Amino acid sequence: MGESIATTKRRKNDPEGFDRFNRVSKPTNFLLNIIFTLMALSCVIPVVLVVAISFSAEQSITEYGYHFIPRVFSLEGYTFLLSQSRMILRALGVSVFVTVVGTIIGVLLTTLMGYVLSRPGYKLNGFLTMVVFIPMVFNGGLVSTYFVNSQFLGLKNTLWALILPLAVSSFNVIICRTFFKTTVPESLIESAKMDGATQYSIFFRIVLPISLPVLATIGLFLSFAYWNDWYQSMLYIDDNKLLSLQALLNAILTNIQMLAKNAATIGVSAAEMLAKMPQEAARMAIVVLIVLPIACAYPYFQKYFISGLTVGAVKG
Amino acid sequence: MAKERKKIKRRRWNRDDTELTLLALPTTIWYFLFSFLPMFGIIIAFKSFRINGGFIKSFLTSDWIGFDNFKFLFSTKDIWLILRNTLGYNIIFIILGVVVPVAAAIAIGQLHSKRLAKVYQTAMFMPHFLSWVVVAALVWAFLSFDKGLVNNLLESMGKDRVQWYMKKEMWPPFLVFMNLWKSVGYGMVVYLATITGIDKTYYEAAGIDGATIWQQIRYITLPLMKNVIIMMFIMKVGGIFYSDFGLFYQVPRDSNSLYNVVYTLDVYVYKQLRTSTTGMAAAAAFMQSVAGCITILTANAIVRKIDRDSAMI
Repeated sequence: MGESIATTKRRKNDPEGFDRFNRVSKPTNFLLNIIFTLMALSCVIPVVLVVAISFSAEQSITEYGYHFIPRVFSLEGYTFLLSQSRMILRALGVSVFVTVVGTIIGVLLTTLMGYVLSRPGYKLNGFLTMVVFIPMVFNGGLVSTYFVNSQFLGLKNTLWALILPLAVSSFNVIICRTFFKTTVPESLIESAKMDGATQYSIFFRIVLPISLPVLATIGLFLSFAYWNDWYQSMLYIDDNKLLSLQALLNAILTNIQMLAKNAATIGVSAAEMLAKMPQEAARMAIVVLIVLPIACAYPYFQKYFISGLTVGAVKG
Repeated sequence: MAKERKKIKRRRWNRDDTELTLLALPTTIWYFLFSFLPMFGIIIAFKSFRINGGFIKSFLTSDWIGFDNFKFLFSTKDIWLILRNTLGYNIIFIILGVVVPVAAAIAIGQLHSKRLAKVYQTAMFMPHFLSWVVVAALVWAFLSFDKGLVNNLLESMGKDRVQWYMKKEMWPPFLVFMNLWKSVGYGMVVYLATITGIDKTYYEAAGIDGATIWQQIRYITLPLMKNVIIMMFIMKVGGIFYSDFGLFYQVPRDSNSLYNVVYTLDVYVYKQLRTSTTGMAAAAAFMQSVAGCITILTANAIVRKIDRDSAMI
C-alpha cells in the first residue's frame, strides 16, 4: 500500500526500480530528442506552411512569395471558395458520398467474405480462399483494368467508378477472417445453429455486434482510402461535376485556370475572373479543407490502425 | 489434420453451405468483375487493340499480332530507362525503408519521456494519411519557382532562384527523401508493435549482468525483430516491379524535363494509356504483372522456407 503511494507520487518520467538505471544516458536521450523533434517537425511544418499561405492576402503572396507568417493576414482565399460554394460544395458532396457509401459497401463485402472464409468445414472454403489469394499475387494491370471498368462495366464518368474498384482488398478480407477465427467462439455459432438460426442471422445478429474492433479497423482503412483517392478520378472522371475534393485539387494544381473557368459567370469572363481571384490562397485553402478532417481525426484513430496492422501480420 | 480434411470432403452439401455461399456471393461477384476479368483482359497485350463499340466487341474484332507490341516496346530506348528507374528506386527504397524505420523504432523506445515519444510518433505518422496530391501541393509551396519558400530563402541570401522542377540531379535524392518522409512513421509503428511485445525481463536480466544499452539492442531487440524484418524486406522485394504512381507522377508535377529520372513502369503505362498508344501500354502492363507475379511468388516461397507462419500463401 505504502509502496504504491510512493510510486504514484514519483514523477511520471521516472520509471520504478531497475529501469531507472537501465536506460540511455541523459546526453543520449537529449540527442535522440533533438533528432526526433526534427523529424516530427519536418512532418508537420509543410502543413503549417500551407495553412499560413491559405490565410495570406493574394497581393502579399505575389509580392513576397510564400511565408510561414502571412505578411498580410486575409481570409480572401476562403471567402473566394465560399463564393464558389456551388463548385466546392459539390466536390465536398462527392467526397463525402464516396467515402460514406464506399465504406459501408466495402465493410459489408469484406466482412461477409471474411466470415465465410472463417467457417471451418464449409464446402467451398478452398475455392473461395483461392479467389481471395490469387489477386494478391497477380493482377490484370492498369490497361486491362481500365478497359474492363470503362468499356465493359460502363463505369466511366459515374460515381461508381470511384467506389466499386476500391471496395474490397484481399488484405482486409484476411484481417477479418483472422479476427473472426480467433475471437468469435465456435460454440456461440454452434448453439445459434442448434436453435435454428440461419447463417444470415448469425452473421448480422451475433457475429457483427461482437466484432466492432475489426469493423472499426476496416472502416477506417476504407474511409481514409476513399477520402484520399484521386487516382480513380484521374482515370475515370472527365465530367467536372463529378470531381471529388482531391480530384479538384489535382486539377487546380495542374491548371489554376480551371478554377476561374468554373467560377466564370455571365458577364465575367474567365480571364477577368483569373485576374481577380486569389489563386494562391484559394488553392491552399482547398488543401486545408482536405487535410483538416484528417489531421483532426487520425490521432484518435491511430490505435485502430495499429491494431489492424498487427492483426494483418498474424495469419489465421 | 489430413484425416479431418478427408472427413470434411466426404460430407454432403447441406443447408449451411448454401447459406454461406449466398453470404459470400456478392463479394465473389466483386472479385470476378474487378479482379479476374482484368486478368483475362491482359491478353490484349497480344492484340492490336482498338476501341470499337463495347469492350467485348472491340476485343473480338481487334487482330492478334503476337509479340509485336513487345517488340515495339523493347525497341524503344525508354523501356530500359524505365526499368532502370523502377528497379533502382525500389532497391534504395527497400533498403532505407527497412533500416530507417527499424532504427527509429528502436530509438523512440529508448526515450525517457514516454509522452514525448507518443507526440513524435503521432506527428511522424501523419504523412501516411495525406494523399500524394496533397503532398504535391505541400512540395509546391517549397519548390515553386517564383513564390516557393526555398527560393525565397535563396534570394534573401543573395543567390539566384532555381527552377527546381527542371533540375534533374536534385530529384533522385529528393524522391528518396519524400518516400521516407511519407513512410517512416508508418513503418516505425509496425516495428514498435514488435518491440513493445518483447518481454521486459530480458532487458532487466541483461542490465543486471552489466550489458550496455547497445549490447541489449544488439543481442536482444534485433534478434527478436529478425523475423519481422526479414518478412517485411522480402515482401517489399516481391513488389519490386511496382512503384508508387503518386510519388513519381504527382510530386514532380509531371514535369517534362524530369522524365528520365521520374519515369517508372506505372508512370509509363499511365502516360501511354492517356496518349492512347494502347499496344505499348498493354505490353508494359503485361510485363509488370507477370514479372511482379514471379517476384512475389519467389519472395513468398523464401519466406515460407524461413518461417511458415509468416508466408502469405
